[in-house]
Amino acid sequence: MASIFKQRNVIAILILFAIVFPFITNNNYLIHIMTLAFIWMIAVYGLNLLAGYTGYLSLAHAGFFAIGAYSLSLLTTKAELNYWLAFVLALIITSILGLLVGLISLRTKEHFFAIYTMCVGYIIYLIIDKWDSLTGGIRGLIGIPGPGNIGPITFTTPVSNYYLVLSFLLLSILVMYRIVHSLTGRTFIAIRNSEDLAQTIGINTMTNKLLVFVISTFFAGLAGALYASFIRFIGPDIGYITITFDILTYLIVGGIGTLSGPVIGTILIVWVSQQLQFLQDYRMMIFGPILTLLVIFYPRGISGGFIEWKMKRQAKKHQKQNKNQNQQMISTQESSAASNKNG
Amino acid sequence: MFLETKNLTKRFGGNTAVNNVDFAIEQGKINAIIGPNGAGKSTFFNLISGFHPPTSGQVIFKGKDITKLPSNKIAELGVARTFQTTNLFDQATVLDNVIVGHRLRTKSNLFDAILRTKRLKQEEKQCKDKAIEVLEFVGLTDVAYKLAGSLSQEEKKRVAFALGLATDPEIIFLDEPAAGVNPDETEGLALLMQKMVKSGVTVCLIEHKMSMIMKLADKIMVLNYGEKIAEGTPEQIKNNDAVIKAYLGGSASA
Repeated sequence: MASIFKQRNVIAILILFAIVFPFITNNNYLIHIMTLAFIWMIAVYGLNLLAGYTGYLSLAHAGFFAIGAYSLSLLTTKAELNYWLAFVLALIITSILGLLVGLISLRTKEHFFAIYTMCVGYIIYLIIDKWDSLTGGIRGLIGIPGPGNIGPITFTTPVSNYYLVLSFLLLSILVMYRIVHSLTGRTFIAIRNSEDLAQTIGINTMTNKLLVFVISTFFAGLAGALYASFIRFIGPDIGYITITFDILTYLIVGGIGTLSGPVIGTILIVWVSQQLQFLQDYRMMIFGPILTLLVIFYPRGISGGFIEWKMKRQAKKHQKQNKNQNQQMISTQESSAASNKNG
Repeated sequence: MFLETKNLTKRFGGNTAVNNVDFAIEQGKINAIIGPNGAGKSTFFNLISGFHPPTSGQVIFKGKDITKLPSNKIAELGVARTFQTTNLFDQATVLDNVIVGHRLRTKSNLFDAILRTKRLKQEEKQCKDKAIEVLEFVGLTDVAYKLAGSLSQEEKKRVAFALGLATDPEIIFLDEPAAGVNPDETEGLALLMQKMVKSGVTVCLIEHKMSMIMKLADKIMVLNYGEKIAEGTPEQIKNNDAVIKAYLGGSASA
């Protein structure tokens, strides 16, 4: 039980740190970077539920990120809807498109699924890039409004944007935590372990996979919508395949199929890239080997590696305890036998 | 009739894996299916549990035609099965692995999960209680909180049984339950199967260990090249010419 409290403390400290962070730095650039990292984290969480917990690696994630971003932008700039109405609609549009893509793509498995979704992602990118009259093509969209006021609260300063995104992130993590630790989450994990086995214990695998896929696109769309109104201009490149691989890298480094992985991976890579910015594209020469080593030695990322280490330690402790107990039992038996003899 | 197949046939291209098999499984008994390698035993299981659609014929469970149902629906009706190898989630405890086995009897959905409703909490408890119950039944209470990855082969077989039993089945199909375990452990698994039957779950198994089958089964069907060549009690099977021929290859009339 003590470890739970410890874990709780760590989480509380992290949240507290995130809350006071703007006051510590006062540096708008750093706040900007952190806000952006939080937005990526939301997208990473979406991919994590699908790829990490259900075992279906979708490479269309950036495509849905872009759909969320473009839906919000078009609904606010061209249709001139109220910001939050457009926000909700953007999430609905992304989820519905996710449902349609999921219906077809989930008929495939494993690498075929990855390849299929990669194609879907690329098609989404192409549509955005070529549909000039709607999306502005390669020029993209500008003049996207920032988040609308909620009552008296406005989101015009970087700090207020930071808090808005942070609250969405915390909410996303809470939802993910609850899903993963529920029967629904157990169902997803069962599908990851063995789809055949899941089906024989009465799980409708198609319905559940479709559900995860839609949730995952929902979070991609949420991140995209936040991104659009945070950066204020978007181009087709946000739907490009490199963004999918960025998201995937954050996930793998942090720990695929863990709840803390998306936060750890995203913060780490965003921070390291910032520090290595002077190297420009040569950064990749550092990232590449690190990523390769990580995949070889810690296939479940930093967080996964840590959890494994902790479990092994616990198992050892347990064994020791058992041994001690057995010895105690034997010694008491011996002593009682001895006393019987004496008696 | 409890569960029966009528003219069940499965062709994969030009290869007939199961040919016109009529078989009735008796309730409350241990039924066994034996046959040389490639005789179509596993395919027969796959047809009954809805993994493959049969080419022709019917599967009838308690008077209901289940031939065209998907396997998860068949499981809901009370037909469980195990695989030769069970993929467990090695990084989770045995208990965690078994809890999901009772999922099909629960109704909570995504919104229950996000809102942590009363129904979810109650159903989670229900699933956990069930898992503890079946783990006790199969004799794994001691390892319930161990990681599944640290289990022995025999313990994994027992977990597979537990998962099947957690679905509240009326009949359980076991695909080579004693493959890869030593003779002592085989004995233990045989006892467990008898215990299952006593608790009201009908058992149907595929097995290669002949001595075990002959002691354990109440009724045996022998498949060879997809066809049923014999059916009956162990005594009848032992003395059946066609069976001896299929297993030994030569003529039985010596």
